[in-house]
Amino acid sequence: MKETQWPLWEIFIQANPGIPHKHVGSLHAPDAEMALQNARDVYTRRKEGISIWAVESKNIVASAPEDVGSFFDPANDKVYRHPTFYKVPEGVKYL
Amino acid sequence: MQTEKDNKQAEFDFQAKIDKGDKIEPKDWMPERYRNQLVRMMSQHAHSEIVGMLPEGNWITRAPSLRRKAILLAKVQDEAGHGMYLYSAAETLGVDRTEMLKQLHTGKAKYSSIFNYPTLTWADIGAIGWLVDGAAIMNQTALAKGSYGPYSRAMVRICKEESFHNRQGYEIMCSLSFGTSEQKQMAQDAFNRWWWPAIMMLGPSDDNSPNSDELMRWKVKMESSDSIRRRFIDRTVPQAEFIGLTVPDPHMKFNKETGHYEHGPINWEEFFNVIKGNGPCNKERVKARNEADKNGRWVREAAEAYAEKHKKN
Repeated sequence: MKETQWPLWEIFIQANPGIPHKHVGSLHAPDAEMALQNARDVYTRRKEGISIWAVESKNIVASAPEDVGSFFDPANDKVYRHPTFYKVPEGVKYL
Repeated sequence: MQTEKDNKQAEFDFQAKIDKGDKIEPKDWMPERYRNQLVRMMSQHAHSEIVGMLPEGNWITRAPSLRRKAILLAKVQDEAGHGMYLYSAAETLGVDRTEMLKQLHTGKAKYSSIFNYPTLTWADIGAIGWLVDGAAIMNQTALAKGSYGPYSRAMVRICKEESFHNRQGYEIMCSLSFGTSEQKQMAQDAFNRWWWPAIMMLGPSDDNSPNSDELMRWKVKMESSDSIRRRFIDRTVPQAEFIGLTVPDPHMKFNKETGHYEHGPINWEEFFNVIKGNGPCNKERVKARNEADKNGRWVREAAEAYAEKHKKN
């Protein structure tokens, strides 16, 4: 038998209804169905979730740590995007 | 090309990040030594979880009640899960899982010395949960604060699960200690055999750990082995006394001034001998892992065939 490694899957779990799925780790599985079953056994032995997403790791596109500066730069000088930027006369309510 | 100056700067930034309490993530720059140390630690840790299933698995079919059997099964399954978390965390540093397993199966990889001791009676299952998992929790709680993100997150998850392991072990020891005189004798005997190996599994004494300073600076190691060992002893001795067990160390005494227990000399020769492969069960453990790998092959083949078939349809 060929001892090649099965594809790697990243596992995301939704702990409760209404909140986002959160990355918990990864695992190897030959296909999507078994990735889900393995994820259930590896990451939810104590009712940690109500929903699992399995995404093959090779399909994840990530920003590079060394590009952090320039990549997120456009947001740095736009303080007017935050409510605290604006002066509101004292005594004015509900703003 | 990266010049030496760039490298110095990168190393400086790396250390600053760690000092600030930020985590290092897989794609971040890191010194090669940091990467290698972590791969070594995480793979050894993963192997320990996997090999750790064997001494306890030995008693699943002979657990004294259905309750104990269900608990032991769940615990051993947790250990498998912990191995999986740790292998996948180690893989984020670019090491291949097949390679890690190959090292375990060929006997090249190291794993915790403690799992090379045999489980002779049911009381050993109690002693392991109480002492071995107890010591592991002390170590892992420290590691959960470490600088490498994936390792630290795996540790947080593992620590949450380990506390049941620890308690179920102590519960077994309680039942036996308050049972018949034969049962109490059995608990004391298991305690006698597991105490010293549990003390030793926390690692060589500080004056014998050459890499410690660098590892502490990088927050790969968070606390010295002696300090973790002292806390383990301080917490465990009263637990033993509570159930009427005698610590198998004639020198053990409480120092009122320091507030700590003081233990007798540790037989490090035995520790290094077990690490080198000469413990009572080293060969048996590696053989069992190889057989498990061989016997599970048809399952992996079937899974692959199934996946292949479904791809075509």
